[in-house]
Amino acid sequence: MAAEDLPSEFDVIILGTGLCESVVAAACSRVGQRVLHLDRQSYYASNWASFTFNGLLTWIQEQQAESQPDEVQDWSGQVEEGEDLIYLSQSDSSSISNLQVFCYTSEEDEEDDTPNTTEEEKGGGASEATEAADSNKEDEEETEKQEAEEQVAQDEGAEPEADQPCPSADPNQSEPVKKKKISLAQLVKEGRRFNIDLVSKLMYSRGSLVDLLIKSNVSRYAEFKNVSRILTYRQGKVEQVPCSRADVFASRQLSVIEKRKLMRFLTSCVEETEDQQAYNGRPYLEFLSDQQLGENLQHFLLYSIAMATEDTPTEVGLASTRHFLRCLGRYGNTPFLFPVYGLGEIPQCFCRMCAVFGGIYCLRHSVRCLLVDKDTNRCKAVIDSRGQRISCNHFVVEEGYVDAERKQTATPTRCVSRAVLITDGSVLPSDSDQQVSMVTIPPVEAELPSVRMVELCSSTMTCMPGTYLVHLTCQSVGSAYEDLSPLVTRMFHTTESSDQEERPSVLWCLYFNMVDGSGLEVEGHDLPSNMYLCSGPDGALGHDHTIKQAELIFQKILPEEDFCPPAPNPEDIIYDGENGNGNSAEGEELKDDELKDDEEPKEQEEELTEQEKEIKEQEEEIKEQEEEKEEEQGLESEKGQGLETEE
Amino acid sequence: MHGRVKIKSTAQQEEEKRKEREKKLKIYVAARDACFSKRKDGVWDDEALQLTQQLLSSNPDFATLWNYRREILMHLETVKDEDEVQKIYEAELFFLESCLKVNPKSYGSWHHRGWVSARLPRPDWARELSLCDRCLSLDDRNFHCWDYRRMVVKMSGVPVDKELEFTDRLIGSNFSNYSSWHYRSTLLPLLHPESPEPPSPSREPPQSSPPPSPQTHSHRVCEEQLLKEYELVQNAFFTDPNDQSAWFYYRWLLGRAEREEMISCVYVSRDEERVAVAFSRPVNAQSVGLLLVLDGQPQRVEWRSVHPRFKHSPVWICDLPPGTISDITNEHNLTVHWTEKPTHRDCALYTGRNESWCRDSATDQELFRSELSVEKTSVLQSELQSCNQLQELEPLNKWCLLTIILLMRALDPLGYEKETLAHFQTLKEVDSMRSAYYSDLCSKFMIENTILKMEYAEVRVFSISDKNLTTLCHLDQLLLVTHINLSSNQLQRLPPQFAMLQCLEVLEADNNSIESLEGVYHLPKLEEILLRNNKISTLADLQPLASCPKLKRLDLRGNPITQTSSIESQLAELLPSVTELLL
Repeated sequence: MAAEDLPSEFDVIILGTGLCESVVAAACSRVGQRVLHLDRQSYYASNWASFTFNGLLTWIQEQQAESQPDEVQDWSGQVEEGEDLIYLSQSDSSSISNLQVFCYTSEEDEEDDTPNTTEEEKGGGASEATEAADSNKEDEEETEKQEAEEQVAQDEGAEPEADQPCPSADPNQSEPVKKKKISLAQLVKEGRRFNIDLVSKLMYSRGSLVDLLIKSNVSRYAEFKNVSRILTYRQGKVEQVPCSRADVFASRQLSVIEKRKLMRFLTSCVEETEDQQAYNGRPYLEFLSDQQLGENLQHFLLYSIAMATEDTPTEVGLASTRHFLRCLGRYGNTPFLFPVYGLGEIPQCFCRMCAVFGGIYCLRHSVRCLLVDKDTNRCKAVIDSRGQRISCNHFVVEEGYVDAERKQTATPTRCVSRAVLITDGSVLPSDSDQQVSMVTIPPVEAELPSVRMVELCSSTMTCMPGTYLVHLTCQSVGSAYEDLSPLVTRMFHTTESSDQEERPSVLWCLYFNMVDGSGLEVEGHDLPSNMYLCSGPDGALGHDHTIKQAELIFQKILPEEDFCPPAPNPEDIIYDGENGNGNSAEGEELKDDELKDDEEPKEQEEELTEQEKEIKEQEEEIKEQEEEKEEEQGLESEKGQGLETEE
Repeated sequence: MHGRVKIKSTAQQEEEKRKEREKKLKIYVAARDACFSKRKDGVWDDEALQLTQQLLSSNPDFATLWNYRREILMHLETVKDEDEVQKIYEAELFFLESCLKVNPKSYGSWHHRGWVSARLPRPDWARELSLCDRCLSLDDRNFHCWDYRRMVVKMSGVPVDKELEFTDRLIGSNFSNYSSWHYRSTLLPLLHPESPEPPSPSREPPQSSPPPSPQTHSHRVCEEQLLKEYELVQNAFFTDPNDQSAWFYYRWLLGRAEREEMISCVYVSRDEERVAVAFSRPVNAQSVGLLLVLDGQPQRVEWRSVHPRFKHSPVWICDLPPGTISDITNEHNLTVHWTEKPTHRDCALYTGRNESWCRDSATDQELFRSELSVEKTSVLQSELQSCNQLQELEPLNKWCLLTIILLMRALDPLGYEKETLAHFQTLKEVDSMRSAYYSDLCSKFMIENTILKMEYAEVRVFSISDKNLTTLCHLDQLLLVTHINLSSNQLQRLPPQFAMLQCLEVLEADNNSIESLEGVYHLPKLEEILLRNNKISTLADLQPLASCPKLKRLDLRGNPITQTSSIESQLAELLPSVTELLL
């Protein structure tokens, strides 16, 4: 891109394209503010991003690379009288830590000459190295078998890459033909089919994000799928949690008496009663056990529906139970939605809205420092990474760009432990292999946190057909590996698992910790008064924290304005010349500034459009395939759905 | 403000919309008029097809236009070859889909689709089925679609077991759906009939097995399947006991076998030279081919129902030719043939006897127990247990209470009488809107119990005083009763059916609220009527009594009519046979 200067003046400059920043950008742009939205990364959505498999591998490399020391440049030449200079931090690697990668499948389809475990990083010890060796051995054996099979296949003149088990490969082979594992090479080859989120969240169908998407019409830019079932892990088994009326009716594990008790509890707890208030402050578990529900139901209600722990107070447990129930049935049999192509779509949708209303986007473009008026303590302008001075009235920034000593955060720093798994089967196989499952897992061992797991199928466009993308999330106690690997070993087949049970195999997995964004305090930062901090992703399941924060920031910037009012229908927008005759002079004058829907400012946007083009091409390709598939499925075609206000 | 998008004001939008509407209306009216004039002129061309299509796609409920379209299509059938017709009808189906999107419940569109599908030279039923599935997944209670689907299934011979799976799926996604439960009730007897022969419809090729018509089959289901159904439906009503659809299906499952059609009683009286016949269901004796044979001689008799109101009645009477049986020293053998069924019943009138009868009693027929079922008692017992469990959890659920009552009746009507009455009391309280229904139902059950008691005691006295009766029923079962005591109930009338009590001599009905005596009509043996403290208020109310030839004693004390002046003389005139009148 030609190094063309940006306009030198904006109403709002926003740095970082995470969810909060993007919502603020859309809201400001929507009501007519001139918005400049920057991100130092080459991708959208910061820590909210989704990556293709290859993109994720690059991201991992970047995280592992030593962060460059800030090259401190002297910008004092640009400083005007009465101004102070505040430098911004130039790397935010501090939000990700303890990154570890394991590969449990063979590198290549046929040969097996490289070590399979690409485990790198500080946490890796000797024990893991031996495990890696073990896994090599096993894989060697398996690959040999595969080779033999393929030999036969080729002899018969069949396609070598046919991945169905080869018919009667060896008459002496008594054990059933093992399903061939998808190799790392295949994952890489099909890498574009993956959209792997750094953050694992779900959208409550009556949560503030869904409300905002509907209210603002931003929902038109995305598609959503229902989470199709709620599961839980209990006594070593994965079970479905009956939560809707249809689930309860169909459940095979509940007795009819339990069904009645559960339904009655669920209907009765919607209303607040004195009986419930008597338990305020006491554990929800105590309240539940006093309802004579039995152990089954108690487990479901505590861990899966209230998503609480043993010491959650009753009023909190009831509130989240009610929230769960309110969300149930709006779009399907569970309270949750998941955006097709991953959560990284959501910030991008808001960016698109911002751009439609005239916001200017630059990726790989940052702000070096702020120029602050000494008297008013207001940020007057910024100096961008090219050294251009750009004035602004307000400056919104993701907290990662701000040095730790200037902001107030909870101490010690709270973290979220994350694991991302690519597996070859569902944790609970069912009639359909296209289930989107939310799995609530109480602590499997003392000292371990309770874990939230989201298993995505290929129709969510986040993983290649034949695989599942599994996200695990919990509040950190230790490192992500320490917190989550015991569970992974129990629920999946890895080289570390001992027994031979039928469980899905992990092909590849990634562990890392991310700073919990909810640790950022609302007030008390040592910053200019017109500068606003947006926190990164928080550890909760929903998006309420972020949306609330975005609305708060917007209200500080524009206290008189409506937050994300519905975008007008394209046919209601008055374009130049449409009512031209009378006031041509005025029309001429306004022409340059007048905004045209969907005609985005071109030059500065080159990066966006290029990248978007690429993304769009990919999307279209995938969507075509999806459509084909949906046509085949016939009935299913209604299910990928947009959000509608009507129910 | 700077940079802000200009948006049309509401007034502007309104105005634009109004203009738009006007324009549309003009086009619509013009097209409609063009269609009408073309039809009048008998023009059946492509343009007419296009015009109607244009109109119907914005208003699919315009029946006249559908008719016109059918006329055109039928005309085209005569002038085009089969391939072209196929194409035209396929286009028609495609067009209909767009109409269904406008209004998924349009009578016109669905009817037309059925018509087109039936005429399509090479129908694609699989496609039609999947269309129905899609519609039902959007609205699982769209009865238009259900109807159309039934037609498609019938035409394409979908195997019954596939259809049962279909109901499984629909009930699974939402069990509050009468259509799917009901459909299930029609499929199960076909797939798992009660008869001992093994079911095999699933193995037959679909073409050769148009589902056997339900009439030829029993409506019952084999026990093994029944148990599965009980489990399914219990899951539904335990999940949501307030959902009626599951309870109604459960009622059907517990339902009884159809009663055999037969002559349940023949009664002959020497004095009146009269024969009375009772049937297991109301019939029209004049048209069912009833034949009376007396001592081997077919008799020409005139059958009449007990009350002129009834064309169908379970009890019919006829007078024998005078003198045929009046000699008490003769023995006679009577046979009544029901030639239509065919079935018959004999009755012997012995020497020295004034009357005789031959019958199956209510206890023999298990008449009232089978109100629910003839299934094994053990099954019903366990069903009662589950309902009792549910009732413990939901003590005020009316469906549960009612079902418990029905189960108790099926199991042991007399043994559970006390519990039944208590449950009725609760029902009237929790569902006061229907308390009259519960009272009537309770009356019915009390009458049934009293009939059973009477039969066990082998007497002809029917006594049911002080039981809060609000209605009378099963009166055909009381054909032989000579003495009835209905005192201290809440009866308001003695209905026309009361005339079935052909042997009645004494009627006690003190302390009710009786206003009408319509059923005290041509009772040949009735001698005494006790009606103290009722609501008889006019002479006209007593008119029917004039048809009872032997009436001697009448107690009307405490009735409004006693206040009428000169009532005594009027009564004497109306009822000359009464010798003892209490006012």
